[in-house]
Amino acid sequence: MRLRVRYSKKGKVRFTSHRDVARIWERALRRVGLGMAYSQGFSPRPKLSFGLALSTGHESEAEFLELELSDEEGEAAGWSTERSVDLAERLTEALPIGLDVVAVAPVEKGESLQQAVTSCTWSIEVDGVDMEQMNAWVADVLTRDEIVVERERKGKPVVEDLRPHVLALDVTGTTETGVRLLADLGTQPRALRPSELLTAVDPPLKAVTVCRMHQWMSQGNDREEPLTAPITPAPSATVPA
Amino acid sequence: MGRYNGRIMSSLWSELERVLGEVQKPARYIGCEDGMTVPDHHPDAVAWLLLYPDTYEVGLPNQGLQILYEILNERPDAVAERSYAPWTDMAEVLRREGLPLFSVDTHMPAGEFDILAFNLAAELVYTNVLECLDLAGLPVRAADRGPDHPLVLIGGHCSYNPEPMADFVDAAVLGDGEEVVGEITEVVAAWKATGSGSRAELLRALSGITGVYVPSLYRAEFDGGLLTGVVPIDDAPPVVEKRTVADLADWPYPKNQLVPLTEVIHDRLNVEVFRGCTRGCRFCQAGMITRPVRERPAEQVRTMIAEGIRRTGYDEVSLTSLSTADFSGIQEVVAATVADNACGQVSVSLPSLRVDAFTVGIAAEVQRGRRTGLTFAPEAGTWRMRQVINKLISEEDLYAAVESAYSQGWRRVKLYFLTGLPTETDQDTLAILEMARKCIEVGRRYQSGPSVTVSVGGFVPKPFTPFQWFGQNTEDELRRKIGLLRDELKRQPKAYRGVQLKWHDARASVVEGMMSRGDRRLGRVIEDVWRAGGVFQEWGEHFDIRLWETAMEAHGMTFEDLVYRHRTSEEALPWDHLSAGLHKDFLWQDWRDALDEVGLEDCRWIPCYDCGACTGFGIEHVVASAVPPAGGSQGTGQDRSAGGDVPVVLTSRPVAEQGSEMVVA
Repeated sequence: MRLRVRYSKKGKVRFTSHRDVARIWERALRRVGLGMAYSQGFSPRPKLSFGLALSTGHESEAEFLELELSDEEGEAAGWSTERSVDLAERLTEALPIGLDVVAVAPVEKGESLQQAVTSCTWSIEVDGVDMEQMNAWVADVLTRDEIVVERERKGKPVVEDLRPHVLALDVTGTTETGVRLLADLGTQPRALRPSELLTAVDPPLKAVTVCRMHQWMSQGNDREEPLTAPITPAPSATVPA
Repeated sequence: MGRYNGRIMSSLWSELERVLGEVQKPARYIGCEDGMTVPDHHPDAVAWLLLYPDTYEVGLPNQGLQILYEILNERPDAVAERSYAPWTDMAEVLRREGLPLFSVDTHMPAGEFDILAFNLAAELVYTNVLECLDLAGLPVRAADRGPDHPLVLIGGHCSYNPEPMADFVDAAVLGDGEEVVGEITEVVAAWKATGSGSRAELLRALSGITGVYVPSLYRAEFDGGLLTGVVPIDDAPPVVEKRTVADLADWPYPKNQLVPLTEVIHDRLNVEVFRGCTRGCRFCQAGMITRPVRERPAEQVRTMIAEGIRRTGYDEVSLTSLSTADFSGIQEVVAATVADNACGQVSVSLPSLRVDAFTVGIAAEVQRGRRTGLTFAPEAGTWRMRQVINKLISEEDLYAAVESAYSQGWRRVKLYFLTGLPTETDQDTLAILEMARKCIEVGRRYQSGPSVTVSVGGFVPKPFTPFQWFGQNTEDELRRKIGLLRDELKRQPKAYRGVQLKWHDARASVVEGMMSRGDRRLGRVIEDVWRAGGVFQEWGEHFDIRLWETAMEAHGMTFEDLVYRHRTSEEALPWDHLSAGLHKDFLWQDWRDALDEVGLEDCRWIPCYDCGACTGFGIEHVVASAVPPAGGSQGTGQDRSAGGDVPVVLTSRPVAEQGSEMVVA
């Protein structure tokens, strides 16, 4: 049986890497004593699959992973909402401060999370600009037909147009040192990182904090989250691009 | 002391989080480990900052530091936090932003603690201590610090010769820290309570604690370029004795081993099964200075493993000691751990394998998963050489161990050797490869492509060992010996197929050797190298011999004098006023025995040689088993308790007269 888990990553722990988080999860699962399915071979590992990587230093309200339970754990007693709630609590207890499980639910085995998710909503605190400057910057980005950048991939320069990845931008208010920007950015075939967008257009901007608020899967013309948090934690950008 | 003194310390986190995005591996600086304590700083509690002057990944697992961290935080009159050397990119950011070194637990400024206590496990980190002090906002020289500055302490194996660091530290602590940190806390608390005491008064009070050496209360005297002694200035004790905890069972620490959020070395549960070692390997400082042997009761080891695994979520436990196969309870502990599947499959690792088939048998029993590599340390290539260093394993032992490994599925064997040992000839050096070749031959009987990695380190003589008088091989000589091995491999590539050779940088061995046995004059050299940017010298990418050569020259010192020269029996050694409990005449006798190629059996199960470690402290070896473990004393592979042969003839030979010509390579 397969469980999908939604968790948040906030505070000091945001400075751990994607790889660190994977190892933290393996230990937490052993601590709660959840019967896991293991891979075959010389060094069996518990079957876990993580969604889109989150850059080191970014916070998130919407991280996902899927885990495969052993047959005994998944089927012997059946699965229930109570078990999901209980497991979420025990996992949060076993995880470091800042990693909190907000929802657990059984899912059918399907497309991987990395393939299924097509966009993310980001909340970005931009440093050193006021509302007017930020609005002008956003308007500039949204009116462009293309935003061409050159970057290095496997040691070779690649030219890419970022514009199709910019789905929505919304300046939502001021912060102590700047403004807050909500951005819906595409993830296929490659996830556009908020920092890439901020530096792709002049004047380049600097983010103080970045938080992933949502991950979205396309459902026809609609979109939905892989797993909804019981209390929706944050808005998403609404200004159409 | 500490600018804290009643004020509320304030965390630097909000400043730090703004810059952590700029540095490599920011998780090094966030703390948040499972097992971390958030201490309640208050004016009556002595605030300790325990520092490991290397990266977080290297320092975090250090068991000594974690033990003291817990013991101090359990005391009502102390709090403890931790810090590690910031990598060069972070040091740069801190200086640019005007931010000081900080604790990782609550991100308090280092300079506001009462005590900065450094764990020194290796000589090449000395310049990092200066870097940490400077980043903390302290003058690096102890003499320049005032009553408002924290007290700077060092502990760990390097404090057995703290003289090169004498200018920078207020005190060095010798031996086991479990008890002495409490006594230091009480002295510092009393001094703080008076509110008006001078730093000199505090230092004098500290020097009254057994195990605490205050270098500023001693004067190093020289005759020309030769040290004649380090003598107390006033009423400081003429000899400072190390501290030893009598019974490890009283100290079941760490109880809450820190589980880091990011990858570190030795990333697993570690349980110390005994302290001390009496195998008597003559090159090994750890084995000499940590005597006597004190085993932890097997029952306690089992409890610590079971609780630790459940609490941490680790799936691997390492049973630590200087020679874990010698632990009396090894078989029952291993069997119980493997049988207890409450936390899923737990794999047991034995970091210090003895060279015999018995040990490999245990390893096979406990190692789950892929059998990639096993490491053995024969240390020298010929029996003669191994008698000199008292590593009394026969070639048959090694091949039996290797056969056992290959036959049970291990594919790669790693062999550790030293070169530059006393009396070593080129024949001894080259025998290393012969041994490796024969191991490959054994492996071919079981596998198609067995491999043997030969790792060769340059021998560095250490204080309080029988080899403390030996003149270290020169850089050129070490390089020549490595060259012999490389040339031999090149000459007959077919004969040595499967053998890989790795070696240590001979230049780093020279610098290590200089600090290992150097005296106070080296303070100026260390300071120069640090000022020239020489930090993280134990990291190949940062090590720079030219910095050391330049500094040595500037102060009129030579490697010849400090490193390569044989010491005589009459001359004063920089650590003669310190004691690891070992009688100097025992060490000298053992040095003469070494030159005569006379081995010495492990004293755990036979009568005492009176090295001084037990008798001096009125304590004894704590060993549960009255007989050597199966597999035998000295790693001979013989079960002597079952009537096996006495494997090594250990006759006492006439000792050459003192002062006679030493036969050394």
